[in-house]
Amino acid sequence: MAWFVFPFDNLVCMCLGISITVWFTLLLVFIIVPAILGVSFGIRRLYMKTLLVIFEWATLRMERGAKEKNHHLYKPYSNGIIAKEPSSLEQEIHELRGSANSLRSEPEFEMADIFYFCRRGVESIVDDEVTKRFSAQELESWNLLTRSNYNFRHISVRLSALWGLGVLIRYGFLLPLRLTLAVTGVGLLLVLTTMVGFLPNGELRTYLSEKVHLICYRICVRALTAIITYHNRENKPKNGGICVANHTTPIDVIILANDGCYSMVGQVHGGLMGIIQRAMVKSSPHIWFERSEVKDRHHVAKRLGDHVADKTKQPILIFPEGTCINNTSVMMFKKGSFEIGCTVYPVAIKYDPRFGDAFWNSSKFGIVNYLLRMMSSWAIVCSVWYLPPMNREEGEDAVQFANRVKAAIAAQGGLVDLLWDGGLKRAKVKDAFKEEQQKLYSKVLVGDQDQDDLSEDTLVPDERINEDDIDTDSVKGLCIQCEPTPEHIVLTHESEKGYT
Amino acid sequence: MKISPAHIIRLYDRFEFLDKEGSGQLRLEDFAEVKELAMNPIGDRIIGAFFSPGQETVDFPSFVRILAHFRPTDKNRAKDSTQPEPVNSRTSKLKFAFQLYDQDRDGKISRAELLQVLREMLGMQVTEEQLESIADRAIQEADLDRDDAISFEEFRKSLEKVNIEHKMSIRFLR
Repeated sequence: MAWFVFPFDNLVCMCLGISITVWFTLLLVFIIVPAILGVSFGIRRLYMKTLLVIFEWATLRMERGAKEKNHHLYKPYSNGIIAKEPSSLEQEIHELRGSANSLRSEPEFEMADIFYFCRRGVESIVDDEVTKRFSAQELESWNLLTRSNYNFRHISVRLSALWGLGVLIRYGFLLPLRLTLAVTGVGLLLVLTTMVGFLPNGELRTYLSEKVHLICYRICVRALTAIITYHNRENKPKNGGICVANHTTPIDVIILANDGCYSMVGQVHGGLMGIIQRAMVKSSPHIWFERSEVKDRHHVAKRLGDHVADKTKQPILIFPEGTCINNTSVMMFKKGSFEIGCTVYPVAIKYDPRFGDAFWNSSKFGIVNYLLRMMSSWAIVCSVWYLPPMNREEGEDAVQFANRVKAAIAAQGGLVDLLWDGGLKRAKVKDAFKEEQQKLYSKVLVGDQDQDDLSEDTLVPDERINEDDIDTDSVKGLCIQCEPTPEHIVLTHESEKGYT
Repeated sequence: MKISPAHIIRLYDRFEFLDKEGSGQLRLEDFAEVKELAMNPIGDRIIGAFFSPGQETVDFPSFVRILAHFRPTDKNRAKDSTQPEPVNSRTSKLKFAFQLYDQDRDGKISRAELLQVLREMLGMQVTEEQLESIADRAIQEADLDRDDAISFEEFRKSLEKVNIEHKMSIRFLR
């Protein structure tokens, strides 16, 4: 029987060899070469359109199935579940009283006043604006990923078969493909940046380093199957400025760097991340801080200031929110980056949640888990809008400037503009917020007699979270923004693939 | 507006979201996690209203029962004295609010209890004397039998003209 095995064995080896060669050739031709040249075959967009058709079919099928079996199909609403009246404290209290008593000369407390606070309190227990920003957005239709479905029951054989096929494709074909590309991308980055680093300083080096960075980021973008649409590219950030964007995931960096060269800002890491950082710095000026330097506010501001003063250096990329938000809103921008005094280029990034939720819930998943989930989703589809550059105006302080930029980004991306601090993800609400409510209420009672108080009449006090308030035990992962960074500067987040 | 099964599912989702430990019961810490509640001056009292005396956790049926107080009142309900008072009637809503004041559940809002609520709602914004005078006036207004405390009937009377049905109701979307 032995002689039977040998030819068969040979055959298997030959087949394996051929398929691997074909695989790599296809990979090279369709993915890597276009990445190097910066062209696109349009395969990803075709893929996206096909997926959309399939998702709609799947949702219709589910609704029909639910109706037939008389189940209630649970449709999540991302706009909240209760009707909230947008009236203010003063309005409501006056309404409460207006029905009860006539005008009085003296300030009065009414027993009915408590109803306002009571209702607001219970409303926030049922549905509050802040807490739901820190968990993934709920979808209206199903995208064949069990992780984003609430109604998955066996509705029909066809639907389950489709889902099963989806699992096979995603984990059996897409995931290995993407991992290969990711490894290639990172590897090329390390090798090529080191090589460019050997060249003397000059035009050639800058040019090559730009090209090298772009190539590697393009490969990484294909590794995630990210389908990005850039709008208003004439507003792209220029040298000597700072680029600010809303933050949803570590992938934001790759998405922006795919289209332009930026200087990253971050803490020095060890391991693979450290190697990548050192390699990147060899060919172009990035700003990496030691842990000890991060706390020194002046040092940080000086380094950033020096960088933007040098017009030959690329614009700096900063995410002023300080933490990942779930892409339905924009939270408070920390003022540090707006104090440097250079032109600010705002960028709005909006992810399409139908294909895969890009939000990184760092309290739920570590970075490795998150990247695996990203690589086994269908695709990451997003839109990037470059907004016109903004400068600080006369008489505007850093906080007002930051809020102005934030409002512009929120308006463009269709996100809710919130005044809350993203640091609330981990920290307790400061008492100052409660005091604001008490202040407002006492004004209704006592009247507008204290004119000095009126000047500080902002709804959210300009208070920052102290480092001791943040519970470091719940901090996971290596990202800098999870650590209690000083309030003045927020560093670009860097992700680490596979090494802890 | 009737509460549908879908609304209950939504509430259960919210319950599960608040229940960080996945124990099926909510504890004080879970309620305290709600950021907007932390900024409410009487936040702690409202949280306390969910817990029955002596209980340290809230299960889902109790959670819904408390929230049911805030269902909009059914104006067309026939006044049938043999039926038990529905949990979202005007009287029930008043009782809920009364208990926010009356923490020791003795059926009367004493002067001390009123002072406590005022202190919570006003914080450091008024002086002690101002607080006392506000409390005095409020008791004078409502206290009809001159026992220096406000009973439930006196409470109800002082709020005769207030539109409680509207102010103490939360409407579900769709």
